[in-house]
Amino acid sequence: MTIAAGTPRRKRPFWTIERRDAAAGYLFIAPQLIGIVTFVLFPLGLVFYYSLHEWNVLANTFNFVGAANYQMLLADKALPQVLLSSAIFSAGLVILNMSLALLLAVLLDQKLKGITVFRTLFFSPVVVSLVAWTIVWSFLLQNNGGINGLLQLIGVEGPNWLRTPATAMISVVVVQVFKNVGLNMILFLAALQGVPKELYEAARVDGAGRFKQFRRITLPLISPTILLTSIITIVGSLQVFAQIAVLTQGGPGMTTTVLVYYLYQQAFQFHFFGYGSTLSILLFVIVALLTFVQWQMRKRIVFYEN
Amino acid sequence: MKITQLKASAAIAGILLPLAWSGTVWAQDAVNLRMTIWSANEAHLAMFNEIAEGFKATHPNVTVSFEPLPFDSYTTTLTTQIAGGNPPDLAWILETTAADFVNSGALAPLTDAFKATEGYDIADVSEQATALWTKDGQLYAYPFSTSPFAIFVNNDVIKAAGAKTPAELIAEGAWTWDNAFATAATVGQSGKTGLVLRDFKYQVWQNMASIWNGWGASPWSPDGKTCTFTDPAMIDAMTAIHKAIFVDKAMPGPGEDIDFFAGETGMTITQISRASLLPKENPFDWDLVPLPAGPVGNYAVVGQAGVGAFAASPNAATAVEFLAYMTNPENSQKLAQFFPPARASLLNAETLASTNPLLSAEQIDNVVIDGISTGTVLPGHTNFAQIQQTVRSSLDSLWVADADIPAVLQSVCDSVGPLLAR
Repeated sequence: MTIAAGTPRRKRPFWTIERRDAAAGYLFIAPQLIGIVTFVLFPLGLVFYYSLHEWNVLANTFNFVGAANYQMLLADKALPQVLLSSAIFSAGLVILNMSLALLLAVLLDQKLKGITVFRTLFFSPVVVSLVAWTIVWSFLLQNNGGINGLLQLIGVEGPNWLRTPATAMISVVVVQVFKNVGLNMILFLAALQGVPKELYEAARVDGAGRFKQFRRITLPLISPTILLTSIITIVGSLQVFAQIAVLTQGGPGMTTTVLVYYLYQQAFQFHFFGYGSTLSILLFVIVALLTFVQWQMRKRIVFYEN
Repeated sequence: MKITQLKASAAIAGILLPLAWSGTVWAQDAVNLRMTIWSANEAHLAMFNEIAEGFKATHPNVTVSFEPLPFDSYTTTLTTQIAGGNPPDLAWILETTAADFVNSGALAPLTDAFKATEGYDIADVSEQATALWTKDGQLYAYPFSTSPFAIFVNNDVIKAAGAKTPAELIAEGAWTWDNAFATAATVGQSGKTGLVLRDFKYQVWQNMASIWNGWGASPWSPDGKTCTFTDPAMIDAMTAIHKAIFVDKAMPGPGEDIDFFAGETGMTITQISRASLLPKENPFDWDLVPLPAGPVGNYAVVGQAGVGAFAASPNAATAVEFLAYMTNPENSQKLAQFFPPARASLLNAETLASTNPLLSAEQIDNVVIDGISTGTVLPGHTNFAQIQQTVRSSLDSLWVADADIPAVLQSVCDSVGPLLAR
C-alpha cells in the first residue's frame, strides 16, 4: 500500500534522540530537584499553609483563620523594633565582615614564608562548631569574664558587654564576624589571585600609586566576588539565631531580638505556631527582595556585567 | 481473575494474615510509656527506673522510659515534641506553666483513676499542694515535688568576712532581710560574693518571689488579670533588691555567673532539693535556714513540679495507671528522698529525716515542713512563656545602677498589662 509506505513518520520510535537526551538530563537533575522539592519547596508551602491557621499545640486545635495572622503582623507593636534590630545587625555584620575579609585577603595575598599558617589561622573559626564558639565568647564577654579581666590589667573598667544595649549588639556582631570572616577572606583571596599581574605593571608604568591600583584595578576585577559574598553575608545575617540564643536571648530589652529569634520565640516558646509561620513568610519575602535588588544592582557595580 | 492469580493471592494472604494478626497481638501486648523529665541526676533516674520495674509486677507488658530534657528549654522542647506529632505519654510540668497545661485539655484527668486505685488514699494528698493542678474538681497533674525556697549558708565565708552568720541572727531573733542583706554586703565588700539568687540570672525574674513575697508583693492580682508591679509593696521590694545589688554589692550584678556550691559565696537562695549539690570533697561549714522575715513578717515560697499524662496518647489509660502506682503511699515515700512530698502522712520530721540524711531534724522542721505548710507557690499564669518574656524584657532596664525604679516598673505594667487582661 502506497499510503502506508508514504507515512514512515508514524512508526518513528518514542525514544527519539532528543527525548532520550531530555530524559537523561532530567534524571541527572532529579536528585537535586527531589531534594529541593522535599526539603525546601514542600516545607515552604507548609509554612504558608500554617500561617493561615491558628495552631494551639497543647489544646490540639488547628483552625483556619484566613489573614488574621497577617493582620496581627501589621498590628504587632514589637515588630518595628525587631526589624530595626535585624537591620542594625545585618548592616553592622556586612560592613564589618566584608571590609575585614578584604583587608585580611589583601594582607595575606603575598608570597611570604609561612603565609599559609596565617591563612589557616584566620579560616579555622569557620570550621569550629557555632554553638561551642559562641559559648566560649559568652564566658569572655561576661561582666566578670576574660575581656574585662584583660581590660582591668591595663586599668580600664570594661562595660557589661552583653547587658548594655549598645555593646550587646556590637558583641553579637563581632562574635559573628570573627566566626565567618575566614570564609569571605578565602573567596576574596581566590579572586585577588585571579587578577592578572600585568595590569598592575602597566598601571605602575603609568604612574598609579598603590591605592589607585587597588581602586582602579583590584576592586573592579574582584567585583563579582564582592557581589557574591555580599549576598551570602546578608542572607546569612538575616538568619542568625544561635549566637543570639546563647549570648543575649534577645536582650537587653528587645535590642538584640532579630527576626529569626523573634519568630522562634513566637512559635516555640509562646506556642503561636501560626504567627511564627507568618513571620517566616515575612523573613522569606525580605530575603528574596534583598537578593533580587542586589542581583539587579550587579549591572551597576560588577565590572564584568558592563 | 485467572485461577493462578487467585491461588497466588490466597497464598500470600495465607502467609501475611497470620503475621499481621500476630503483629496486632504483639502491639496490644507491649506498651512503651515515655516520660519527659528535667533531671539527669543518676540517683533520680535509678529511683524512677526502680519504680518502673515495680510496675512490671502487675503490668509485665509495660515498659516505662524516662527522657531527661535540659531544664532551661524544658517546656519548649516538650511542646515542640507535641507539635511534631511525637508527644510523650507522661511529662513533668513546671509550676509556672501549670495553668497552660491544666487548662488546655491536653492532660488526662486523674482524680477518678486515683480514687479507684486500691490503697491510694487520695485524701492524704494535701489540697494546698494540688490547688494549682486542679480544674473543676479534677486533678490533671500530680504535684510530686513541693520544694520550699530556703537559704544555704557557707559559714566559713561569712565568718572570714567578719559578718554575723544567719544562725547567730536567728538566735538573736534578728533574721530579717535588712540583716541578711547586711551580712551579704559585708561578704560582698570583702571580695567574695554575698548572696546569689540561684537560677535568676537576671532572666528568671519569677524566682525573685522568694524575696519580694517578704514585702507582700506579687507580680499580678490573685485573679491574674491586673499587673501589680507598680504597687507600693513591689516598689519597696525592688528598691531593696536594687540597693543590695548596685549600692551594697550584696548580690552579684547582671552578667556575673556565680555558683554557691563552688564554695566562694556566703549565701544562696534556692530550693532544698539542691542539697545534693553540696561538695563531698573539701566540704565547707554549711547551714540551711528559712527565708528571713520581710516587712510583712515570716513567709515561705515553694516551687512545685507536677507530673501528668497526655490524654491524646493511645496509651493514656496505662499512663494514668502508672501515675497512680508511682504516687501511691509506698512510692511517694521513695520519691520523698529527693522531692518533698504532697502527702500529709509523709510530712513529718521522722519520715523526712530517714529520707534526707543530709538535713538535721531542726532544718527539716524549720525549712521543709514549715515551708510546705505555709508556702505560696511561685507565680504562674496562662500563656506564661509570653508573659515571662515580656516582663523580662521590660525589667532589663532596671538592672543598671541609676535605674528609675518606679518608672521601670510602670513600663513593665504597660507592656504586660494587655497580656494579663486577655
